[in-house]
Amino acid sequence: MAEIRNYTMNFGPQHPAAHGVLRLVLEMDGEVVERADPHVGLLHRGTEKLAETKPFNQSIGYMDRLDYVSMMCNEHAYVMAIEKLLGIEVPRRAQYIRVMFDEITRILNHLMWLGTHGLDIGAMTMFLYCFREREDLMDCYEAVSGTRMHATYYRPGGVYRDLPGTMPQYEVSKWHKKKDVDRMNEARQGSLLDFIEDFTRRFPKMVDEYETLLTDNRIWKQRTVGIGVVSPERAQQLGFSGPMLRGSGVEWDIRKKQPYAVYDELFFDIPVGVTGDCYDRYLVRMEELRQSNHIIKQCVEWLRNNPGPVITQDHKVAPPKRLDMKGDMEALIHHFKLFTEGYCVPEGEVYASVEAPKGEFGVYLVSDGANKPYRVKMRAPGFAHISAMDEMVRGHMLADVVAVIGTMDIVFGEIDR
Amino acid sequence: MSKKAVSALCEKLVARFPDSQAVHSAQDQITLEVPAEQLIETCTALRDEKDFAFEQLVDVCGVDYSDYGNVDWTTERATGTGFSRGRDVVEEKTTAWEKPRFAVVYHLLSHSKNQRLRVRTFADSEFPKVDSVIDIWSSANWFEREAFDMFGIMFEGHPDLRRILTDYGFIGHPLRKDFPLSGHVEMRYDPDKKRVVYQPVSIAPRINTPRVIRHDNRYGGESLPEVKEEQQGS
Repeated sequence: MAEIRNYTMNFGPQHPAAHGVLRLVLEMDGEVVERADPHVGLLHRGTEKLAETKPFNQSIGYMDRLDYVSMMCNEHAYVMAIEKLLGIEVPRRAQYIRVMFDEITRILNHLMWLGTHGLDIGAMTMFLYCFREREDLMDCYEAVSGTRMHATYYRPGGVYRDLPGTMPQYEVSKWHKKKDVDRMNEARQGSLLDFIEDFTRRFPKMVDEYETLLTDNRIWKQRTVGIGVVSPERAQQLGFSGPMLRGSGVEWDIRKKQPYAVYDELFFDIPVGVTGDCYDRYLVRMEELRQSNHIIKQCVEWLRNNPGPVITQDHKVAPPKRLDMKGDMEALIHHFKLFTEGYCVPEGEVYASVEAPKGEFGVYLVSDGANKPYRVKMRAPGFAHISAMDEMVRGHMLADVVAVIGTMDIVFGEIDR
Repeated sequence: MSKKAVSALCEKLVARFPDSQAVHSAQDQITLEVPAEQLIETCTALRDEKDFAFEQLVDVCGVDYSDYGNVDWTTERATGTGFSRGRDVVEEKTTAWEKPRFAVVYHLLSHSKNQRLRVRTFADSEFPKVDSVIDIWSSANWFEREAFDMFGIMFEGHPDLRRILTDYGFIGHPLRKDFPLSGHVEMRYDPDKKRVVYQPVSIAPRINTPRVIRHDNRYGGESLPEVKEEQQGS
């Protein structure tokens, strides 16, 4: 009798469907996966170590680079941890701005997920559609912070600046004719809030478009229904959070259950799956797109009617206005101290978590009273999800591994830190 | 968690675990300090008993306390006497930390009771060893691997305690406080050998912003320590 042995296969580190740098060692029996051993850490940058050597504010930028498709949500968890230890109040307008941008970020993230997940299992069009809408949201990021991705917009005590009154416009160039530019600039004539409102009006139709392409699509269903099923008990045991947990039917969303910022004043629903397979998680995320859109609408409405400060007036933590520094000695001193030394955070420890698009993103901060954190631990949702890879793909076909990686919404920035 | 829920859970914890070293809460978050030998017993109770029902282990985090409270500059004289530049570079560093060097911090979450708890256990510096909670919560698997990788804390009973985030063949535990920020080795492509080589780091460590602790009365800490009158010089 011929000798039969399992075949060990390397998936990645460089593989278009690995969503970054994932090396997956697969033990195969024919085309069936016997065991999966993900090797992560290829993108390890030592963010936690770096944060220990920098004043608190200088690490906000690192948070963007953790989960680099849900930038502002990471910042939110970090600044919330600092705020809790400092015991400072955040102005309400800043909280609404934060919630609005958290939800914009959620849409950004889910569009990225939908596009790449679609691309992975054979729906090329999704990728193009999703990136079309992402462009508009990136412009919102740019309008408010100057960068399209790594915003560093949230600061302890509020947000860096108020929403701008104008939107950046396209200009006529070699690639864009006057007619096209006029069309692209049509929604950009007013303020940022006008632009976002216009987006929220357009967006539900876009989600309908995505759903016509996928939800009842036979190929999509063949690739996702019954793949990577996780029972609610296992989902809890494995440390799942976010859509991965809700897809399995556990009704849990930090925005509802342990509301932070102003989520307790907003109306939205939490979609929950039934079977816990890839298709349910897809449906959950699609509904979250609509719900996020709904939240953004409410925030725009509130922000229009309630002007006010967007950052705390405590200048030990937040810098004074540039203009004040010209004539006020104390403002100048505050500014100087803040940017040379930072601020000292009282001794203690705190865990702050937000419902990031991928799940629970938490920051555990230990301070010994210095101007730098003593220890920062980022709890990345993706880390817990990918650790369940072995359990989820065991017994599935090789092609389903790609579907499972897609449904986990993996980004290596946060897993490897 | 609301203040009421926090105090209610605190009371239950004190009643249930009289041997635990401390139950305290700050910022509406509860910490339970457990002696290392009771960790498994306590965690099992925390998961299974209906008052606690912590179904999920959210995070496992190592902490190295060996540098706790150390600063690069002392700054007390500046606020105490007013006129000096107010900084003394600290040469000798001795930490005021009295508990064991390493801690493992577990963050627990109960979906059904909607409550959170932080459990901390300590491990000494010679050979840090803590029992693995992997049989209680499966999510501990990778989190413990990470704590092992970063701090060298051994988790007894873990089936597959390999390094996870650092390079293949990495030496040392990077998040320990005695591990330099720039590491020990760097990697480059050697055109002569036509392969990647490792060599000792060429970057000198430097501090951009010194670490300082300023006592701030606003946060209700202890008041400023007595400044010794210095006669010479001034």
